[in-house]
Amino acid sequence: MVETIETSMVNLGSVSRIPLGQGRCYVVGAEEIAVFRQRDGRLFATQNRCPHRQGPLSEGVMGAGQLICPLHSHKFDLQDGAGAEHGECLMVYGVEERKGEILLRMNSGRKAC
Amino acid sequence: MTRLVVVGNGMAGARVVEEILKRAPGRFEITMFGAEIYGNYNRILLSNVLNGSQAAADIFMNPLAWYEEHGITLHAGVRATRIDRERRVVIGAPLRKDALAYAADAAAEGGAALIEAPYDHVIIATGARPFVPPIDGFDGPGAFLFRTIDDCDRIADYAKGRRRAAVVGGGLLGLEAARGLLTHEVEVTVLEAAPQLMMAQLDTESGDMLRATISGMGMKVLTNTITTRIIRSGDQVTRLDFADGTSLDTDMVVVSAGIRPITEIATASGLTVNKGIVCNDQMQTSDPDIFALGECVEHRGATYGLVEPIWGMANVLADVITGTNANAAYLGSKLGTKLKVMGVELASMGETRSADEGDEVVVYREPRLGIYKKLIVRNDRIAGAILLGETEAASTLMQMFMAGSAVPDRRADLFFGSPTGVALLKASDLPDNAQICNCNGISKRQIVEAIETKGCKSVTKVGACTKAGLGCGSCKGLVAQLLEAYLGEVGYDPTEHYYVPGVPLEKSQLVAEIRSRGLKSVSAVFQELAGGVEDPGSKVGLASLLKTLWPGEYDDERDARFINDRVHANIQKDGTFSVVPRIYAGVTTADELMRIAQVAVKYSVPMVKFTGGQRIDLLGIKKDDLPGVWKDLGMPSGHAYTKSFRTCKSCVGTDFCRYGVGDSIGMAQQIERRFQGIESPHKMKLATAGCPRNCSEALVKDIGAVAIEGGRWEIYVGGAAGGTIRKGDLLCTVATQDEVLATVGRFIQYYREHGRYLERTYHFLERIGVDNLRKILVEDSLGICAQLDASIQKAVDAYRDPWQEAQRPAYHAQFNEAELAYTLEVAENNG
Ligand code: SRM
Ligand SMILES: Cc1cc2nc3c(=O)[nH]c(=O)nc-3n(C[C@H](O)[C@H](O)[C@H](O)COP(=O)(O)OP(=O)(O)OC[C@H]3O[C@@H](n4cnc5c(N)ncnc54)[C@H](O)[C@@H]3O)c2cc1C
Ligand code: SF4
Ligand code: FES
Repeated sequence: MVETIETSMVNLGSVSRIPLGQGRCYVVGAEEIAVFRQRDGRLFATQNRCPHRQGPLSEGVMGAGQLICPLHSHKFDLQDGAGAEHGECLMVYGVEERKGEILLRMNSGRKAC
Repeated sequence: MTRLVVVGNGMAGARVVEEILKRAPGRFEITMFGAEIYGNYNRILLSNVLNGSQAAADIFMNPLAWYEEHGITLHAGVRATRIDRERRVVIGAPLRKDALAYAADAAAEGGAALIEAPYDHVIIATGARPFVPPIDGFDGPGAFLFRTIDDCDRIADYAKGRRRAAVVGGGLLGLEAARGLLTHEVEVTVLEAAPQLMMAQLDTESGDMLRATISGMGMKVLTNTITTRIIRSGDQVTRLDFADGTSLDTDMVVVSAGIRPITEIATASGLTVNKGIVCNDQMQTSDPDIFALGECVEHRGATYGLVEPIWGMANVLADVITGTNANAAYLGSKLGTKLKVMGVELASMGETRSADEGDEVVVYREPRLGIYKKLIVRNDRIAGAILLGETEAASTLMQMFMAGSAVPDRRADLFFGSPTGVALLKASDLPDNAQICNCNGISKRQIVEAIETKGCKSVTKVGACTKAGLGCGSCKGLVAQLLEAYLGEVGYDPTEHYYVPGVPLEKSQLVAEIRSRGLKSVSAVFQELAGGVEDPGSKVGLASLLKTLWPGEYDDERDARFINDRVHANIQKDGTFSVVPRIYAGVTTADELMRIAQVAVKYSVPMVKFTGGQRIDLLGIKKDDLPGVWKDLGMPSGHAYTKSFRTCKSCVGTDFCRYGVGDSIGMAQQIERRFQGIESPHKMKLATAGCPRNCSEALVKDIGAVAIEGGRWEIYVGGAAGGTIRKGDLLCTVATQDEVLATVGRFIQYYREHGRYLERTYHFLERIGVDNLRKILVEDSLGICAQLDASIQKAVDAYRDPWQEAQRPAYHAQFNEAELAYTLEVAENNG
């Protein structure tokens, strides 16, 4: 079987390293990236620092594709990074699971605002 | 300048002047006559003054200085008697100091000169006076009316040392007066001529239920009772006689049987007067230079007895008189009200009984809990509604009723919210000029302004800034919704009556479902009760509830916890954590202090601080240092990070203090050892005091135990001294330390079972009422005390110190910091 892994992809190791339903922060180069593992198995990746006051988003409570910042409870959509507060949104990255490993696509970063 | 004379300095008079000043500052030279000797105050809060929850000084809206600031000449204590329309002057006579301001025959100060004020325009806002039905002997000591600050003072004064009081009139004000009298420690009987209470606002069934609730609070209610005579012995009231020949012994009587517009000045000046002073849609009387508004007015045949119409009238009048909009028109008001009696939840609007064949009447009743909800729908609009026992829906219904908006197809949604969790009415979608607080006439725009530009972040703060929510309080839900919409606070439940926003059930329903289906994890609840949608804003609240419901059996999914509860420490602004070890009752040892010092050195703790909770906080600890810190401290968690029992502070008590009459330290240590870490809807902070000097501030704690002479303990509940200040209510006095522990446990368990998520005890108590609570927890009126005792014991037994997880983390990566990912690990593999 032929697999393609692009150069920009970063292997973050086994998915089991992220507790189910939680996030975890990875430092990739100079970037802090929060990766979330939803209970249904879906993965999401965003910038780790909250645009509000730099709260560590990987420590937030998540579910149904949404995230709540642990510091002041601002809410974000994990799919497209859109924030519930005016003018606040997150950089989101492509991330997927292959053979139990987390593959993060660093060059896929995009922002809704 | 145009000369404007305003007669009457009550809610309407002062409001219209404010509105005029807003539109045309400096254009009018204003003179006001006020029969009361005060500036303007919020009359609807007199009920609070009488029941002691507010001081008279707290209800002033425009103190005397306000008049000075705005260049208004105020003749306070002067009654305007006539408008001389030939000479265009208003004539006033100073009243005698002891005169009843609103009495038709209020005595003028002998020999005082009359005051004349020339005018271009006059506004009459004389309000109304209490109506006294024909009762022999009403004039005389011991019989009172309820309308002014002076009345409150007189009633409170007279009640001192008396045993029994009767209130004639079982309407809104009568019941508020009765409740107020109860706080003056007299036995209260309410006498109503009609067959039910609150005839104007309730139907028969809800009237009967209210009667049961009122009786449960310790007031007697007699309906179908017409009072005809007050009997005195000397100058003391002793008895009331009724039309049916029966009688009642009493020491005083307050009459609150309706109101009548005050119209003498209009009659004396030749204006058209019917039931009230007749006005057109521009609020002009039969003389176009003379306007009127408020309770003294008759408009399109209607007179009003509530403040809501005043705000509308004041806007129109101000528009017309300033020329801002000469054609502005007041078209009448729809009315809704709320009973402001602590411990009774009651709101009513519009019609109470169906009138039309086509009316749809929707009723929900749950008599055991005293809940009754009724809706009259006509042409898809609310024609009337009654909410008794549970009024969360009141503000939404009121907005829809006033705006005449179409109601949802499933009428039940109006009572319980829609099952999909979509709010029926979003405060954020209301137009800017929608009136949110009907008691004080505050619009959405003013509230949003307070949130956005004045930094008001809580309902209380918004209230302090704008007066919204400070009347009957029924709009607080909408204010909270606006805060949520503009500040995005989590934890606040937009659908209000749901325990958490993502599961469309009230707490009692949710608990029943969880129990009957045996749901032991948060994901199981989402699966079974929320269509599988895992709402992040609901996870934390559900986790707390499940842990309460299934002590020791709960399937603890850690992702449902807030970060603080995942790592048993409080997250700080920079992502580090604080560690507060438990120091029972604030008493520590040299050994513990040394260990704390060693930890501070070893982990380079940036700040070591004494907290307000009598213990020590180590701030700025890195997440991966937490297990090490706990191990080295060798002390249990102080739970400074979670919604649970926090601390029990103590004073020195009998150990050293020369005044101590009870062992406050021993008591606090027992309490803290027993209840440490027990989860609850919100945090619980306790204190014990060795004597009523209360050095540990036990009266402003969620629960406080105060030792009194004779080895007894007073137990106070629902106190607060944080964002809110509230003195705790005395629940009971007990004789032994064991009884203190038992009562505290019972209260905690009842709060755990019935408190709403994030409802502190100070709100819980106001919702349930201390009298109710005393019946349930002390007198065991529901027969549940044994069950409460057993449940709290189970929770105590299931307690484990969470810092044990230092030895064995609960899950992988629990305490890990960010992980470095190496780009080297990238595999390039093209086949
Ligand atoms: C550390 C401490 C301040 C201090 O240095 O003295 C403190 C610190 C915080 N308080 Fe407090 N409160 C502290 C005593 C108090 C007290 C006094 C007391 O406990 O006797 C009060 C008033 C009593 C009360 O609880 O009402 C108090 C009323 C609050 C409130 C307002 C609660 C309310 O409903 O009015 C909040 C906000 C909240 O709970 O939503 C709050 C929240 C907070 C938080 C947890 C804010 C947060 O979520 O980060 C602060 C955590 C800082 C940290 O990580 O340590 N803190 N806070 C005190 C810890 C006491 C302890 O030993 O456990
Ligand atoms: C205890 C209590 C609780 C209430 N609770 C509520 C509530 O919860 N919700 C609600 O909507 N409404 C409530 N009301 C009703 C509300 O207070 C009135 O609707 C409102 O005060 C009417 O305003 P007004 O300006 O027309 O009359 P007032 O506020 O009575 O003002 C009229 C003023 O004019 C003075 N005056 C009269 N004649 C003269 C004269 N000739 N010369 C000079 N001065 C004169 C009077 O002394 C008085 O000070 C309550 C009323 C009371 C008494
Ligand atoms: S009062 Fe409490 S919540 Fe506010 S800054 Fe101080 S510690 Fe933090
Ligand atoms: S830092 Fe994220 S909400 Fe404030």
